[in-house]
Amino acid sequence: MNPLVSVLHLYDVVNTPGVTADLSHTDTSTLVRGYVGKDQLEASLVGMDLVIIPAGVPRKPGMTRDDLFNINAGIVRTLCEGVAKCCPNAVVHIISNPVNSTVPIAAEVFKRKGVYDPRRLMGVTSLDVVRANTFVAEVLGVDPQLVDVPVIGGHAGITILPLLSQVKPAYSFTKDEVTYLTKRIQNGGTEVVEAKAGAGSATLSMAYAAAKFADSTLRALRGEAGVIQCAFVPSQVTDLPYFASKVWLGRNGVEEVLPLGPLNEYEREGLAKLKMELKASIEKGIAFVARQQL
Amino acid sequence: MSPLVSHLNLYDIANVKGVVADLSHCNTPAQVAGFTGPEELGDGLKGVDLVVIPAGVPRKPGMTRDDLFNINAGIVKSLVEAVADNCPNAWIHIISNPVNSMVPIAAEVLKKKGVYDPKKLFGVTTLDIVRANTFVAEKKGLRLIEVDVPVIGGHAGITILPLLSKTKPACEFTQEEIEKLTDRIQNGGTEVVEAKAGAGSATLSMAYASARFVESSLRALDGDSDVYECTYVQSELTELPYFASRVKLGKKGVEGFATSDLENLSPFEKEGLEKLKPELKASIDKGIAFANK
Repeated sequence: MNPLVSVLHLYDVVNTPGVTADLSHTDTSTLVRGYVGKDQLEASLVGMDLVIIPAGVPRKPGMTRDDLFNINAGIVRTLCEGVAKCCPNAVVHIISNPVNSTVPIAAEVFKRKGVYDPRRLMGVTSLDVVRANTFVAEVLGVDPQLVDVPVIGGHAGITILPLLSQVKPAYSFTKDEVTYLTKRIQNGGTEVVEAKAGAGSATLSMAYAAAKFADSTLRALRGEAGVIQCAFVPSQVTDLPYFASKVWLGRNGVEEVLPLGPLNEYEREGLAKLKMELKASIEKGIAFVARQQL
Repeated sequence: MSPLVSHLNLYDIANVKGVVADLSHCNTPAQVAGFTGPEELGDGLKGVDLVVIPAGVPRKPGMTRDDLFNINAGIVKSLVEAVADNCPNAWIHIISNPVNSMVPIAAEVLKKKGVYDPKKLFGVTTLDIVRANTFVAEKKGLRLIEVDVPVIGGHAGITILPLLSKTKPACEFTQEEIEKLTDRIQNGGTEVVEAKAGAGSATLSMAYASARFVESSLRALDGDSDVYECTYVQSELTELPYFASRVKLGKKGVEGFATSDLENLSPFEKEGLEKLKPELKASIDKGIAFANK
């Protein structure tokens, strides 16, 4: 439905023909094509400018995103091998969890295939920003569309660090509000997994957030200026090789990773705490690909 | 996500909590609340301006919309009874199939409760228009955003009658194109049911079409004076009590009918109109009979 999308290719191991038939009836200018099964993966990727990977299994109550690692790591690796072969210049959005590990996996695959471009690989964290804006707006009593909270770090539990001190519109939270909001934003995904009681994880809000991020990326790729989004990317703002923060998107993908800005004491503490867990997740992803001896 | 929606109440007999938690995380101004089971249905309806009913079972390959009648008729009847009791002034959008019968059922229920307003009861046929626009634009290489094809009659098989002679922008069709396009538009729903091979019927395109009709309705309720949509409503355009055609929507609901849609039909369309009437009448009568059992 986005006029910036001229062609939409849907790929999965099952069910794609039905979804394609369904979507193809909408009176929007996008041409929709469906591909099903491993033999059709490469055909689906040729000529693509943006590849979004939400593939894999979702959490059930009691699971962490890391519990999904074993299944989803292999899926992401296979899909990235396809991307490297068929559309190496595409921008890649990784949604499959655990993002903290699957983005490093994608990078390792691309490096081994000689097509790695650190500006074109992004882990999607926009749902954390969406949640932060919503929950903060509730506390502030304002329209959530007016709220902007940067969220840095990673995309799991305590690696999700909202920078409430940098909120727009400017606001001084009480200590209790900061604790409540930070925990709620960090556990937003779990909140939905529990509410769905086994029926799945966030789908509607994830689609909403992913669509917003895809739209921002497409606008930037086309030359629009000033497109700034939070994303989990190859980064030098900390000593970790990957980190989520505000990035400036442009015709080549990530044109610039923006500095974190001033953090208060609570946030500096949170940052120190998250680094260990994030480092472990990154290394787990890198090790996974090394084991495969591509 | 539409700024015209201030509150969104979701009701079902299961799974609502999860969907509400999911949707409530979106940073949009609408307040989302969930209601599960018949005991909470009344509360879910209080104060509501527009009720959308997509409830019920979808088709599997080989089924017609009428095969869904028995299950869905009972569901629609209970839901509309609750609407009559809790928000009698609300607009009602019926999506549950077979729409051709469900709308008459809803009307009978509302009449019995003394709250029937024929200007506010709608069978949603927007997906037929969306499909017509898409297939015609594809065939004729037109820019989709400019294409508008009126679709009249009902919402099942041959009761769906696209008026290709009234397509905007004006088009020349060969007789073969008219027949193929009409056939494809009439069977659009079946096309998706078969492609999904048992996994369901149209959901994404249905949601898209329904959202378009909801937007139009909310704009009309909000005072917009330029809202026109095709929809299945109580009608005097033909001798049938219910008929889908283009209507003007306003604050009170249906405020006018585009009677010109039934003038100057091509011979093929006149034939199609006469052919659909007996099937549509039968579906309407079936619905009325069920409601009065």
